[in-house]
Amino acid sequence: MAEMEDAFDAIVVGAGPSGNAAAYTLAKEGLSVLQIERGEYAGSKNVQGAILYSDALEKIIPEFREEAPLERHVIEQRMWSMDDTSHTGMHYRSGDFNEEKPNRYTILRAQFDKWFSAKVKEAGALVLCETTVTELVKDLTGRVIGVRTDRQGNPIFAPVVILAEGVNGLVGQRSGLRPEIAPESVALAVKEMHFLPRETIEARFNLKGNEGVVIEAMGTITRGMTGTGFLYTNEESISVGIGCIVSDFAQGEVTPAELLEAFKAHPSIAPLLEGSEVKEYAAHLIPEGGYKAIPQLTGDGWIVVGDAGQFVNAVHREGSNLAMTTGRIAAETVVALHRKGEAMDGYTLKEYERRLEATFVMKDLKKYKGIPGLLDANKATFFGTYPRLFSQAMQTWFRVDGVDKKTKEKAILKSFRDSRSLRGLLGDAWRVARAWR
Amino acid sequence: MADAAKPAPAKGGRANTKRELPEHFKAYKHVWVAVEIEHGAVHSVSFELLGEGRKLADKRGVDLAAVVMGDDREALGKAAQDCFEYGADCVYIACDPALKHYRNETSTQVLTDIVNTYQPEILLLGATNLGRDLAGSVATTLKTGLTADSTELAIDEDGSLAATRPTFGGSLLCTIFTLNFRPQMATVRPRVMAMPEREEGRTGRIVEFTPNIAEDDVVTKVLDFIADRDSDTAALPYADVVVAGGRGLGSVENFQLVKELAQVLGAEYGGSRPLVQKGWITSDRQIGQTGKTIRPRLYIAAGISGAIQHRVGVEGADLILAINTDPRAPIFEFAHLGIVADAVTLLPALTQAFARRLRVTRMAS
Amino acid sequence: MHIVVCIKQVPDSAQIRVHPVTNTIMRQGVPTIINPYDLFALEEALRLKDRLGASVTALCMGPPTASESLRKALTFGADRAVLLTDRYFAGSDTLATSYALSMALTKIGEEFGTPEIVFTGKQTIDGDTAQVGPGIASRLKLNQLTYISKIVVTDLEAGRITVERRAETGTQVLATKLPVLITMLEATNEMRRGTIAQALEAARAEIITWNAADVGIEDLTRCGLRGSPTIVKKVFAPTARSEAAEMIAAEGTMDAKARAVVDAIFGRAPGVEDDLTARALHHYV
Repeated sequence: MAEMEDAFDAIVVGAGPSGNAAAYTLAKEGLSVLQIERGEYAGSKNVQGAILYSDALEKIIPEFREEAPLERHVIEQRMWSMDDTSHTGMHYRSGDFNEEKPNRYTILRAQFDKWFSAKVKEAGALVLCETTVTELVKDLTGRVIGVRTDRQGNPIFAPVVILAEGVNGLVGQRSGLRPEIAPESVALAVKEMHFLPRETIEARFNLKGNEGVVIEAMGTITRGMTGTGFLYTNEESISVGIGCIVSDFAQGEVTPAELLEAFKAHPSIAPLLEGSEVKEYAAHLIPEGGYKAIPQLTGDGWIVVGDAGQFVNAVHREGSNLAMTTGRIAAETVVALHRKGEAMDGYTLKEYERRLEATFVMKDLKKYKGIPGLLDANKATFFGTYPRLFSQAMQTWFRVDGVDKKTKEKAILKSFRDSRSLRGLLGDAWRVARAWR
Repeated sequence: MADAAKPAPAKGGRANTKRELPEHFKAYKHVWVAVEIEHGAVHSVSFELLGEGRKLADKRGVDLAAVVMGDDREALGKAAQDCFEYGADCVYIACDPALKHYRNETSTQVLTDIVNTYQPEILLLGATNLGRDLAGSVATTLKTGLTADSTELAIDEDGSLAATRPTFGGSLLCTIFTLNFRPQMATVRPRVMAMPEREEGRTGRIVEFTPNIAEDDVVTKVLDFIADRDSDTAALPYADVVVAGGRGLGSVENFQLVKELAQVLGAEYGGSRPLVQKGWITSDRQIGQTGKTIRPRLYIAAGISGAIQHRVGVEGADLILAINTDPRAPIFEFAHLGIVADAVTLLPALTQAFARRLRVTRMAS
Repeated sequence: MHIVVCIKQVPDSAQIRVHPVTNTIMRQGVPTIINPYDLFALEEALRLKDRLGASVTALCMGPPTASESLRKALTFGADRAVLLTDRYFAGSDTLATSYALSMALTKIGEEFGTPEIVFTGKQTIDGDTAQVGPGIASRLKLNQLTYISKIVVTDLEAGRITVERRAETGTQVLATKLPVLITMLEATNEMRRGTIAQALEAARAEIITWNAADVGIEDLTRCGLRGSPTIVKKVFAPTARSEAAEMIAAEGTMDAKARAVVDAIFGRAPGVEDDLTARALHHYV
């Protein structure tokens, strides 16, 4: 009996959004699933705030709004270009976002992942926490047939292993299924939770009830490195953080923690956090290499989903929706093969990639495939020169000092031309447009 | 397991209701301290409790009594005299061969019997291993309320005992009452209350109580007692001076510097949890939440960052000196004295400085 | 032999926050863990199981979510897990808790054999009272052994146990008869890691769940808030210590710094200097 029990229809490695989406979908369709998570519980490795995109989750758990721990639904997006003392912002706020089924929510991952994990268990999957998969077990032909863990005992077998182990998952790397992640394809983000009474948050951000605001910021806050700062309002806390590409950090003198301190002290951010109690500092890696960094996704007996497959849209700061979607589609592919009694090999599992091509996941990543390279090649311009120029221009334009508007206009144009030749300006515009296309 | 400190918000609801004290409890009067005697010596916490009990008794206009239990009548008489001089009006003496060593079984029975006979309204014990062992059994046997590890005792406007204690590792304080049961019981940790002034020659009334126990009926036997001074095991919880090291020391060789300073100070040494995990120290020297809780008069922490788990184990120290290279280390938030320095270079200098200083004061005295 | 280990699920104290306005504990998002002190009790039980072939039952009173902690106990190697849960238990103080647990222990005895040993941790990290263990012992007339640092001999045949108990100024060696209640001292052992087979079994295991009626509690006034003689009247945040550490900003050589440190210590605590001098006499003369 014991030997019988150590084999499953599928093994999912990891209990983040992609792993949970996969395990839930598989278990709901009646497959026997074992999910293995390194952390003490699902979400224990991720204590921070994040954005949840309803659409991706709705396709997995349509009624999630009734039970998932959601913080606030986002009704306002602020995009800021920042220099050292100011920001130039574009805000979009709409009453339409106060819809019956809101489109985006802020969440606390620790709680959300725990809830999702409970749903996975409810659906019938077996979830093992505090257990690390140390290697994939292969047969003589190199086909993956199971996993070995850091716990004493025999390996566990399954015809397919879904690797949802995150950006820095070592199982796939160690087993030679995917290359070690390149430092220029991954960002290091540091975040903090700032606790404030909900009334204070609502007054500070002009919110009612469960309305929420998201701020995304770029500019001199990253000291010329490719990266962004962000701030999300939760129910009784604010998530604030900043992230930059790891290879940039590697060259620089500034540490992520220093960067975050400076961001928090910025005159545009500091008043929003004033009087808060800080708890939980965390750092995590975000794959930002885009389309070009996607590794091999399938092989004999294995599939890669979520961050492990570089499924993050860095331009739109989307990640968890891509993770859930890839997890779901991988699971649907496995379910279909399982039903037909077909082998799960490199050839049949390719169906996963075909299905992904038809979704926003691959379409969006393809659309922006040029962006990471463009930003990397023009860091100083995009994260230094332009934000400074915008701020100077705004200051010149709005400061009333007896100078006529015509002269001001000229001064602004001159400042742009001095910093970046006309050819440079046009070239940047063209390059951005091309990468955006 | 469960906590007496219910974290429920205290606003409204039944928590504020005061029912009438049942008739049979109305006779319960006077404030008592159960005196802790181990191997003939009275624990200082008992005198601290007498000092605090005196204030409560005066506020209530009742007597302060002490209960002493043991097998040596002469020693008990001496302890009783100490109690009078520290403020007791009356001392109940229970003397029996079966009370030679502290045992839960015998002490619970005798103390419960004395309480049922003489009916105090308040019963205080030290929150020591002995006091907590005894208080839980006595309170359960008497089916009354007990507030453990109180840090403040007061008499409420309506005359009840208001015992304040920390909860959730000190994040909150709560004030707890036992309104409808008697006696109202509380334990208090050593050194939380001040040692009262001793009034030489003060006397009081002695009441002899004959315990209804026989050694033959007692199931639990004390086979041996290994005093700490006769053993080389760490006696961290009771040390007056403790020196501890953390990860900041860098290597097991550098941990030797902690031992050297401890030796000069006649102190116990210990370390934070990571050092146990690294195998630098044995687990009986681990200080912190899952290690030992210490309450020394002086605690020197070298290269310890001061995570909450460490903090709860040491914050009862009278004086904490923290040595750390990181000025933002959390330990500086609860240490009394701090110095930003590399412990590896400061410790040897400190050992020298202490040795010189103590030599000088010794010669002077 | 049958051993029962009582565990409690507690909020991880490292992550506890107090609401700045209402002074209530903000539990939302605070992870829960098995009370760390209980792990020493559980490990000791598992060691007895390894040595003597006992069966180990983990018992936990708490909300339904406490089943997670019980499942973890099974992963470590417990054989059976019992969750005692009922809304009538809410607000229990130590007296009401020991009542409910002792009823559950009696029921466990009836169903799975009377335990020879009931273990608890020394105390919890949220309540810190150390009173529930003694309460259970009193109610069930178990010989009470608190602050045990070592189990020396367990003689099942003779029904006797010898232990080392941490007393105030030394170690007591006590011998008594089974059944006993043992509260295990901290840092006496290191919790093991369950095997993959145990982990799988634990993930599949059914947690036995009982409510007040299941364990034969008829008088609900003995449970929860109503069964608790103590009443919490006021909850408040401690007044923050006004200042952080006084920083000793000494310049110059390490020796100068060390002297400044010694001066600062003795300046603050002159009594300590006298004590240390006396001690130094003892050590060096």
